[in-house]
Amino acid sequence: MGQIQLKQVTKSFGDVQVIPPLDLTIQDGEFTVFVGPSGCGKSTLLRLIAGLEDITTGHIEIDGQDATDVVPAKRGLAMVFQSYALYPHMSVRKNIAFPLRMAKLNQAEITKRVERAASVLNLTDYLDRRPGQLSGGQRQRVAIGRAIVRDPAAFLFDEPLSNLDAALRVGMRLEISELHKRLETTMVYVTHDQVEAMTMADKIVVLQAGVIEQVGTPLELYHTPRNTFVAGFIGSPKMNLMTGDEAAKHDAHTIGVRPEHIDVVESGGQWQGTVGVAEHLGSDTFFHIHNTGLAETMTVRAIGDVNLKHGDTIHLAPRVDEIHRFDADGLRIA
Amino acid sequence: MATKASRSAARFMMAPAVVLLLGWMLVPLIMTLWFSFTKYLPLRGDSIDRGLDWVGFANYARFLSSSSFWPSVQTTLVMVGGVLLITLVLGILLAILLDQPMWGQGVVRILVIAPFFVMPTVSALVWKNMLMDPVNGIFAHLWRFFGAEPVAWLQDASLSSIIMIVSWQWLPFATLILLTAIQSLDSEQLEAAEMDGAPVLKRFWHIVLPHLARAITIVILIQTIFLLSIFAEIFVTTGGAFGTRTLTYLIFQRVIDSQNIGLGSAGGVYAIILANIVAIFLMRIVGKNLDA
Repeated sequence: MGQIQLKQVTKSFGDVQVIPPLDLTIQDGEFTVFVGPSGCGKSTLLRLIAGLEDITTGHIEIDGQDATDVVPAKRGLAMVFQSYALYPHMSVRKNIAFPLRMAKLNQAEITKRVERAASVLNLTDYLDRRPGQLSGGQRQRVAIGRAIVRDPAAFLFDEPLSNLDAALRVGMRLEISELHKRLETTMVYVTHDQVEAMTMADKIVVLQAGVIEQVGTPLELYHTPRNTFVAGFIGSPKMNLMTGDEAAKHDAHTIGVRPEHIDVVESGGQWQGTVGVAEHLGSDTFFHIHNTGLAETMTVRAIGDVNLKHGDTIHLAPRVDEIHRFDADGLRIA
Repeated sequence: MATKASRSAARFMMAPAVVLLLGWMLVPLIMTLWFSFTKYLPLRGDSIDRGLDWVGFANYARFLSSSSFWPSVQTTLVMVGGVLLITLVLGILLAILLDQPMWGQGVVRILVIAPFFVMPTVSALVWKNMLMDPVNGIFAHLWRFFGAEPVAWLQDASLSSIIMIVSWQWLPFATLILLTAIQSLDSEQLEAAEMDGAPVLKRFWHIVLPHLARAITIVILIQTIFLLSIFAEIFVTTGGAFGTRTLTYLIFQRVIDSQNIGLGSAGGVYAIILANIVAIFLMRIVGKNLDA
């Protein structure tokens, strides 16, 4: 079990309120990702759930029990830190066993659980090494191992992949997703990387300045962003947002079109501009386009290798039914 | 220091310092060794100009067979051990205390360092006359206030009193080194331990103390070096009486009071041997913390 409920939770540091009243329910077994730009309060929110920070007002319930004033150790949650926070003077085995020793389990049970966690995470060969002798990915796995031995009600991840290189990050992303499928335990995951959010989450919570902008499945956020912030934040490359005459044509204050929803055509097309930078990835080509008269720069994704260079004129045809419309407050017009 | 040229330039520039240091250490050492094998009593007319009589190991035998030798070794070890214990335990507690966020942190930290700036002679005199004096000392007043008989500290608890004075002087050093070590502890490690269910004392035992191991090693090694040669505090307080005669002080008495330079030099060589035995033990016990 691991249902977490936040009710009217606020957090202030001194006079500064970093999280205004916030309600959120994280269902049992769900993989929830908090995503937002740095400083948006997502880590603070995670630490409030963990109990490492005291909430200023409001209530936190875990499995229906009020946990607002419960100490971190008694909440039944396990956390994986950004720096991994492994104990450098202990072997991997002792690191993983630490929470069990603190819970005063008997030695046989500890050994059994550590061995099981190690085999799940492919750490069996490294059990007697110190964290200092491991690579980044292995350390990450030890940190996860230390979390899973306790059979927690929920796992909390605080930007766990940000210290890994790009290739390793993709690998660990898959491993964590697979772990979630296997354990079926609630996971709350904080990241600033929307790609991680999109690929891993059952449910994404988009935060800005402590405020929840939207909650939904990755595809809900992609297809029906509630406002311009979510529209610009979710999706890579970013959505093209335009105001002015072009938006007025669609009866909106702002319109947005994703780069993948604009076709590059030989001639004609609704819009045109000059190519600034062309990024050739082989499978796709990203064009950064100037002088469209619509926005500062526009990003367009073309499938395959399209042979246009810097300075060339490009003709564009947006797919009309994929245009998102927003009103003057930035809210979506259905 | 990558290229051949820069390496030889470095050697060239370091040479004066190395030569000076070698001379500084080797000349007294060799002279001590030489004197220790001779009869050298300046008051009886012995002098280097007239040539000293070679007496072999007689001085060594006499120093060792003296009834004050073993007690002085014991006193030295008790004093060093006592001061180390007090400064480490209080140093760790103070460091933890100073690491807490509080009002006036900067001022408090400077105040804590203050005893280190006071000269040993001065601080020993202040302790002797202002605090520990059995008639006018603050402690005596305090004792009388509570209706107790004032303690004649430097007579009845002489060794403990000197340990107390020296500890007071060295506590700032231990505190400072341990404080910087505590500050370098990653707070996420403590939070992780908290999540793992470790209460405060266990966090201290399993996380903070192992993290401090290296700093503790450094404090022990450096303090031992200086504590073995404690002199001024004994000189101005008890003058070596009441069981406070350390090996260093015994050597001083042989050379200055008895004017027997040969005997004192032999004692000096024993002191070197004692320091090395202590050093080997320390390296065995704590030195492995300095690896990696």
